[in-house]
Amino acid sequence: MDEALLSLLEENALAKPETLAAQLQTTPEEIKRRIKQLEEDRVILAYKAIVDDERAKRTQVKAVIEVRVTPEREGGFDRLAHRIAQYSEVQSCFLMSGGFDLLVFIEGKTLQDVAGFVSERLSTLPGVLSTATHFNLKTYKQQGVLRQKAAAEERLAVSP
Amino acid sequence: MHLPISPPTVNSPNDYVAEHVRSIPRSGIRDFFEIVQSMSGVISLGIGEPDFVTPWHIREAAIYALERGRTGYTSNLGLLRLREAITDYVAEHYSVRYTAATEVLVTVGVSEALDLALRAVLNPGDEVLYHEPCYVSYSPSIALAHGRAVAIGTREEDEFKLRPAALRAALTPKSKVLLLNFPTNPTGGVMTAAELEEIAAICRERNLLVITDEIYSELSYHEAHTSIASLPGMRERTIFLHGFSKAFAMTGFRIGYACAPAVLIDAMMRIHQYGILCAPIVSQEAALEALLRGRDDMQQMREKYRLRRNFLVHKFREMGLPCFEPRGAFYLFPSIKSTGKNSHDFAFGLLKQEQVAVVPGTAFGASGEGHVRCSYATAMEQLEIAVQRIARFIGR
Ligand SMILES: Cc1ncc(COP(=O)(O)O)c(C=O)c1O
Repeated sequence: MDEALLSLLEENALAKPETLAAQLQTTPEEIKRRIKQLEEDRVILAYKAIVDDERAKRTQVKAVIEVRVTPEREGGFDRLAHRIAQYSEVQSCFLMSGGFDLLVFIEGKTLQDVAGFVSERLSTLPGVLSTATHFNLKTYKQQGVLRQKAAAEERLAVSP
Repeated sequence: MHLPISPPTVNSPNDYVAEHVRSIPRSGIRDFFEIVQSMSGVISLGIGEPDFVTPWHIREAAIYALERGRTGYTSNLGLLRLREAITDYVAEHYSVRYTAATEVLVTVGVSEALDLALRAVLNPGDEVLYHEPCYVSYSPSIALAHGRAVAIGTREEDEFKLRPAALRAALTPKSKVLLLNFPTNPTGGVMTAAELEEIAAICRERNLLVITDEIYSELSYHEAHTSIASLPGMRERTIFLHGFSKAFAMTGFRIGYACAPAVLIDAMMRIHQYGILCAPIVSQEAALEALLRGRDDMQQMREKYRLRRNFLVHKFREMGLPCFEPRGAFYLFPSIKSTGKNSHDFAFGLLKQEQVAVVPGTAFGASGEGHVRCSYATAMEQLEIAVQRIARFIGR
């Protein structure tokens, strides 16, 4: 039941409790209670708008950084990963398998902001061996949402 | 010496049209459609096709087919690889095993398959029994095949199931075919294995051929779907029809199939080979992809339909419009009798006053009076607005 509720909220976080209740065959009160619980348990971390920066005329610079680090004897990658994740420039941070260890998504106002963050703060952290920075050039899809609108509603208005 | 030539008797082009074609009434849906078309801002719950776009990997399979230059005819029966995938799929999900080489025919939708089946088996005047309210094509397709359409009304209090007693009462010495459609468009009714067995017993006893249109079978929300073809003694007297339009959101690909004993498929193929030659190859390639890798998409779409159904049922009941909870397909068929209006006036009034399109129940046969069909193959946001408008319309 929580799983069904979560997928509905992941699709539309603004869905009304009354609508969710009707879909899941329960009461709006029960839905509100569940959502509150999921928030308290930090299963639901936050609700955010997915914004198209280009249409919003933002000149935000985005980059992905591959980071290689030395794991520590105790705590492995966790301590360093937590340190990196704290920076407000960092949007997401993942531990990866393969040729590097951490994948860090960052955002800054200008190219200099991002470059400065990488060269002055990230690379100088003890334990960071190397970084490779890739800048975003264009967005086609983010968080499951296509930039381009789906083909206009072309179904017949009434059909058998 | 010249023979006298009789003067022409044709007065208008209409006289050229064959009588049995002229006798086919205009579709109620078409009239309604024209009015909806002429209006703007309409939310339509009148659409009988999925609102999802065909899953990308299926579209991509069609694109690849074009890229590889797969643009020719195929065997009349359809691509063998597709027929093999169909027989596996039908064996797995419907518990009937057909032979790909001789017992499957790939068609241009269930529409063509139904037409072929009727034309292949009916002699003029043979009676075809079917349960009603039903899909709008059944009665005209029977008439076009020179058969006689015999509708058996189903009722909301029976959950729109075909009752054995009602079937028996409709039988005559001319009865030849029983046409079934469960889950049903427009009611969402289904039949369990035990209930189908009672119908099957009558078919065996009276030697009826069954044509079963199971196009909505993947969209069953409660009990697992049972095909009448899988019941004892039924495979040899059943033509099983299925397609890709609904389950895989592929209406525009126009692709479906029939499975039946070899002689029946051969009879259908004789009509198909001259009338159609073969189903389009690009659509056949896409259908193959759907069968091999489309299951997850299908299940996700089904889950969305199910949740929307729950929403609509709840809202209609809240408004005081009783409705049977559909067990399958993607239509709600609420009763609007309590509003004092008939289906036609309800649907036209709702359209004019609130710009919501629902289809009058009578479009699906006289027994649909007192109901309207609301499709929930419509986005949730639209459904939410639609139910508010309907509530305002009926003043509740
Ligand atoms: C019961 C039923 N049978 C057949 C069809 C036609 O399907 P196809 O697109 O495969 O021709 C429909 C379409 O609405 C339907 O509802």
